[in-house]
Amino acid sequence: MVSRGNERYFDYFINVLLILLAVISVFPLLYVFAVSITPYSEVLRNGGFVLIPRRITFEAYKALFGMDAIPRAFLVTSFVTVMNTLINLVLTVLMAYTLSRKHLVGRSFFIFLIVFTMMFGGGLIPTYLVVKGTGLLNTVWAMIIPGAMSTWNVLVVKTFFESLPEELFESGRIDGAGEFTVLLRLALPLSIPVLMTIGLFCVVGSWNTFFSAVYYITDPGLNPLQVIIRGLLLSSEQMEYNADIVLPTTTLQMASVVAASLPVILVYPFVQKHLTKGMLIGAVKG
Amino acid sequence: MRVLYLMLLPGVAYYIIYKYIPVYGVLIAFKDYDILSGILRSPWADPWYKHFQFFFESPYFSQLLTNTFLISLYKTVWGTIPAIGVALLIHEGRSLWLNRIVQTLSYMPHFLSYVIIYGIAIAFLSETSGLVNRWVVEAGGNGIPFLTSTAYFRSVLVGTDVWKDLGWGAIIYLAAMSSIDATLYEAARIDGAGRLRRIWHVTLPGIRSVIILLLVLKVGSALDAGFEQIYIMYNLQVMPVADIIDTWVFRVGLEQLNFSLATAVGLFKSLIGLVLIFLSNKLARRWGGNLW
Repeated sequence: MVSRGNERYFDYFINVLLILLAVISVFPLLYVFAVSITPYSEVLRNGGFVLIPRRITFEAYKALFGMDAIPRAFLVTSFVTVMNTLINLVLTVLMAYTLSRKHLVGRSFFIFLIVFTMMFGGGLIPTYLVVKGTGLLNTVWAMIIPGAMSTWNVLVVKTFFESLPEELFESGRIDGAGEFTVLLRLALPLSIPVLMTIGLFCVVGSWNTFFSAVYYITDPGLNPLQVIIRGLLLSSEQMEYNADIVLPTTTLQMASVVAASLPVILVYPFVQKHLTKGMLIGAVKG
Repeated sequence: MRVLYLMLLPGVAYYIIYKYIPVYGVLIAFKDYDILSGILRSPWADPWYKHFQFFFESPYFSQLLTNTFLISLYKTVWGTIPAIGVALLIHEGRSLWLNRIVQTLSYMPHFLSYVIIYGIAIAFLSETSGLVNRWVVEAGGNGIPFLTSTAYFRSVLVGTDVWKDLGWGAIIYLAAMSSIDATLYEAARIDGAGRLRRIWHVTLPGIRSVIILLLVLKVGSALDAGFEQIYIMYNLQVMPVADIIDTWVFRVGLEQLNFSLATAVGLFKSLIGLVLIFLSNKLARRWGGNLW
């Protein structure tokens, strides 16, 4: 028999490892945050290690938001996030709902039409030419329209609609409601959790917009936050010669990292409640 | 019925314009594409496989393919093992509130962008100001160029990616573990199996099919080594070990405006990817079919 004492030590051991795991997950972020609000001389004096700063300064943030590019990038990214999420939700719901109606003629054709794109696409250059051809190049819409739908999301929402009781929709139709009313009044109120899940994924995804800007945007005024931050991370050498900024680059870089990740960290608790479920719906389906 | 088609229209229009027209655009891989003439009027390449041949015979070919496969393989291996470990820890944890905190915290990095991940990597690994190098220098060593040397770059790439998805990757294994029949644990306990033996003989065999299935499905994306992360983190010094097919296509296509060559290479990658997807689905059906 296994002794009870051994079991208890095993539990302690597991808990210690779990705490270690939690620390590994948050320590890098806390460290970055601490560096961003500590005077650099203090950082150096401590051999580079700060976690709880003794003196706090917001100079780096003042400098950061004093640059032209940063507030504008925040604006661009916010616009992309809001519009992209709205458009995504509307298009996804419309398509998922129609594809969930089993009597739709051509249903399996349409499903094949969207699933095929998960396996094969035209690739970077042909897509670039279409974006160019539709006049989106160098507009904010280039970061919104080409990514306006995700097949994965359509399938997740479609599966959810299919799991709703058919009788509910029937009763709606007997009362004389059209398809649109049924969707709006019956299906949507029941699917708020799943819409929250894909909506929040979409918010986080579009806040992190980077690539569509690298591909389609050459006007620096239209660059989203992530592109500007990467520029700051790379240009450390040049910044040192910039007389206007007396701030050490490291502090400024870390402040920019914090500023760009803060919104994600703030919405994260709301995502977190739903995400396991949303993820598993997708996984079981796939 | 007509309303349904009307509701379908915007989505279908999106798919046709932004997903299917690019598939047609693949034609430029077989043409000498000229921006002014457009796809139809550009002359055919002579021979039609000219751009493919150029790529296959170029010195980049084996380097790009090696880098792509290796980075993808490392990410798969080092993404799987820690995720299973984390899932085991959370599964074995008896304190519910601690479990919940650990889950919440360890899933979070998944939602940070690769730009942020790069920023964190700089904070720790930068040769001049990184925390690790400060410690190394203080201990009397020389600064280590983690981010700019071919010796370390792939490890940094894989390591930061592992950190990002450490907790997130565990979700699916955790779900599989929680669906293991509780009577199996009971039986093992009565047979005198301790915690480690129960993990070894009940938990791990219980998720074996999930592990195999996920690995097999990974085969389908073996050529996706993570364009975004590599593009953000690489630099000239590490090009020989970091440059993958996707980053090369980007540079040749959008920076050097060699549209036909870039499309041909992209098409090559897509076709191999397609074969791999069918292969992995076939394997998955054979090996993991008893899963759900």
